Amino acid sequence: MLLQLLALLLLGGGLAWWSERWHNNAPRWAALAVLLLALLLFAASISQLPLQAFSIIPAADQPESWLLHYRQEWIPRFGIRFELAMDGLSLILVLLTLGLGIIAVLSSWSEINKRQGFFHANLLWSLAGVTGVFLALDLFLFFLFWEVMLVPMYLLIAIWGHERRAYAAMKFFIFTQFSGLLMLFAIVVLVQVNHASGAALSFSYFDLLGTVMEPAMATWVMLGFFIAFTVKLPGFPFHTWLPDAHTQAPTAGSVILAGILLKTGAYGLLRFAIPLFPQASMDFAPIAMSLGAVGVVYGAVLAFGQSDFKRLVAYSSVSHMGFVLLGLYAWNVMAVQGAVMQMVAHGISTAALFMIAGALQQRLHTRDMDQMGGLWENMPRMGACAMFFALASLGLPGLGNFIAEFLVLVGLFQVSPVLTAVAALGLITAAVYSLSMMQRAFQGKADLQRDLQDFDRRELCAMAVMIVALIWLGIYPQPVLDMAQPVIESLLPGVGP
Amino acid sequence: MSSGLTLQGLQGLAPILVLSSGAVVLMLQVSVKRNLQLSYLVTLISLLLAAFSTGFALEPGEQQVTPLLAADKYAAFFSLLFCLGGAVTAMVSRDYLAQRRGQNEEYFLLLLLSTLGAVILAYANHVASVLLGLELLGVALYALIAYPDRAALPLEAAIKYLVLSGAASCIFLFGSGLLYTVLGALDFSGMRAAAQALPVERSIIVSVGAAMVIVGLGFKLSVFPFHMWTPDVYEGAPAPVSGFLAAVSKSAVFAVVLRWWLEAGLYEQERLVMSVGLLAAASMLFGNLLALRQENVKRMLAYSSIAHVGYLLLVLVAIGVSPDRAFAVEAACFYLVAYASTTLAAFTLLGLLSQRAGDSDQYRDNDYDHDQLQQMNGLFWTQPGLALLFSVALLSLAGIPLTVGFVGKFYLFTLGVDASLWGLLSVMVLGSAIGIYYYLRVIYTMTLAADRSSRGPQLVSLPGRLLFYTLIGAMLYLGVLPDTLMTYLGTIL
Repeated sequence: MLLQLLALLLLGGGLAWWSERWHNNAPRWAALAVLLLALLLFAASISQLPLQAFSIIPAADQPESWLLHYRQEWIPRFGIRFELAMDGLSLILVLLTLGLGIIAVLSSWSEINKRQGFFHANLLWSLAGVTGVFLALDLFLFFLFWEVMLVPMYLLIAIWGHERRAYAAMKFFIFTQFSGLLMLFAIVVLVQVNHASGAALSFSYFDLLGTVMEPAMATWVMLGFFIAFTVKLPGFPFHTWLPDAHTQAPTAGSVILAGILLKTGAYGLLRFAIPLFPQASMDFAPIAMSLGAVGVVYGAVLAFGQSDFKRLVAYSSVSHMGFVLLGLYAWNVMAVQGAVMQMVAHGISTAALFMIAGALQQRLHTRDMDQMGGLWENMPRMGACAMFFALASLGLPGLGNFIAEFLVLVGLFQVSPVLTAVAALGLITAAVYSLSMMQRAFQGKADLQRDLQDFDRRELCAMAVMIVALIWLGIYPQPVLDMAQPVIESLLPGVGP
Repeated sequence: MSSGLTLQGLQGLAPILVLSSGAVVLMLQVSVKRNLQLSYLVTLISLLLAAFSTGFALEPGEQQVTPLLAADKYAAFFSLLFCLGGAVTAMVSRDYLAQRRGQNEEYFLLLLLSTLGAVILAYANHVASVLLGLELLGVALYALIAYPDRAALPLEAAIKYLVLSGAASCIFLFGSGLLYTVLGALDFSGMRAAAQALPVERSIIVSVGAAMVIVGLGFKLSVFPFHMWTPDVYEGAPAPVSGFLAAVSKSAVFAVVLRWWLEAGLYEQERLVMSVGLLAAASMLFGNLLALRQENVKRMLAYSSIAHVGYLLLVLVAIGVSPDRAFAVEAACFYLVAYASTTLAAFTLLGLLSQRAGDSDQYRDNDYDHDQLQQMNGLFWTQPGLALLFSVALLSLAGIPLTVGFVGKFYLFTLGVDASLWGLLSVMVLGSAIGIYYYLRVIYTMTLAADRSSRGPQLVSLPGRLLFYTLIGAMLYLGVLPDTLMTYLGTIL
């Protein structure tokens, strides 16, 4: 089932490319159909699972206790297996991936007019890579998907991006590739250490969990993972690729980058970096949390200083992802729940903001907010949507992002009240930059000469889905929390604060 | 081990015999009737037969044939690799030459001879046979490089290669002479035995001699401080020849270095291992740095090949440190397969692209190949198949997963971690990260909008298309399902 899902996305990419010969618009429909089919397939197979399966704590040594598990020998020479498994956490993230994938296709419906076939192929392939990252539990396979999602993303930015796309795409690729190599290095060392201690050569997560290492070695290897994931997250000192990549990418690219790709970093920390090296991670936690707190404030301050709409949203991502880093390294149930919630809520709210930015760029041919103003009068529907997501982003109670940040702060308080105070500043600064963004772009004196097309039905549909999702997450977050609960409980006992 | 020549012994040398007879037949054919198509067929058939005969050669088991040549699995494997490499080069060259004026039949003769030289190197375990193979490979290559004899660049390249390669051979010979004076043996295993019995105070001469041998061979491998000829020769030579030079000639030299290193016990010399480590690090770093600013794709590939040789040298260092030699050889062989197939694919593309360059009005002395980065503009949209091949090849060189290059790099990582070569591995990570830039730059250029001067879709002949689909297939197959090859390579030593 997991295999079919990946195959469907990969082959769907090929189909979308091929369908261009048939009709110019066929790739869009093909991509949409493939994603809907994937979502249906996924939902159908989930609904077949017994209800109590969701409350079982997935044990590391029993792959059967996971929701779905698939294993196949692949390269026995190195003990590498094709191993996919899904627990509640993966389930949430795969759902997010497929959902935002559909949004991404919708958001670029009228934006991309050249080489649609190849565009949608790359879109689907990068989604396949991300899905693979969320499902792979063999470290070699995980690394493979980690890299595979990069190449199509690179092409998306490099071919369909804006003015400085070559620079941005290259920077994005080199940052992630370099850190990826560090991770590969770390993976190989980890496997060798495990092998040297007498275990069979294996890249399986289940076998590597609980590898005993010398503390110094463990710290170095853990850093390999940490850097790779923090670059992707992006955490504070490694975030510089993000504003460029997000700003230059086409709308669908930004939606996927911000909505999903960043979450692979958070997922990697939660799934691999911390559980594989519990002690080293906990020793490192104060530094990681400080980086997170700095990221929250620094990202927010920079966001406030931007006049480019997309850049502002990009820096706000740095700020929001700081909360994820804080939540993960606070390492208690409450904070980790908050981090997971933030992954979902931020994915949706930022994707929506990028979609709005893309729509603005398409209509105004600029992202510069100094040239906007008064757009609410020109496009009331878009203005209302933007208002909603700006409020979500600043953490208005009742919406998903509030629940997430609140949980992180509550969890964090038990560990470090000082950092909690710093991070809480992020909520205030978020209000400042979000509202100033609304003010500069949508309020003020309208230029009524402008003849602007308001959101049409397709765009409104996409927005409505995301609005409903955020409200639901804000008012009744329990299903997501329940889904993640057993996973977090299975990961936490490694260390105990 | 008998050193007399028996029928079994001859069977062991089957690939060498097939290639030699092929060369004779081809020579006769050219003297009777000149026909490019016929010469091509004779060459291709000899190369494929030789490739096929590597299995047959192993039937009597591993044996030493004359004191010069060892017919073992190692030799058979590399012979197969070189013959296939030669066959790919022949196929690319056919279309490439058909469009060019002049009498081109001898080109194939030279190609056969230099492949023969490479195969002899695969078999060699004696200094004399090493020299024989090196010179056969080299002399034929000088002529191949200068084959477009009306253009200036190939002549310059050939002379450069001739002079520097000659100097390198001298250093190599001097080193061998030094080794002989103290060791009194020229066969690899004899050298090892003599070196172990040697009193300590004289072992310095062994180190010096071995260092000179490594320097001489390092020239041919284009290891960092001895790399100056590489970019000029790659740029000047016709694209198929550059591919052959990069893939087959370098792999052959590396194969013999590796055998020498192992059988003569050079890895026991700590000073030598150390200096090879330094050369490796320098090659990785400078190869990648110098490739950054190249505007010519062939020059870029030349510098990248310097970096790749640096990665490969890591194997020699690892052998010196870690006891698991079979694994090191396995890693080296896999990496060579990866590197050879990828490089051949890249130059195949350049060859196919340049097919029509020779006959057009734009023919100029210095521009007979389409190898400027600019000329790749928009290739994705005018020639999607070719562009895809080139992208896969570049990603494989960069070591991105799903391609064979990644598995090769993964091997080296594992080997390096096994041997705890932290310094070299760090340089390798750094070098690979730098490398991404220039590989991606080519891919990016291919995605740009096609400029006005590009001539629209060029037709690539059916064999050409089949060839590059096969190459893509091979690179992806070995990248996704490498286990068969791995298992086979594990049994080589």
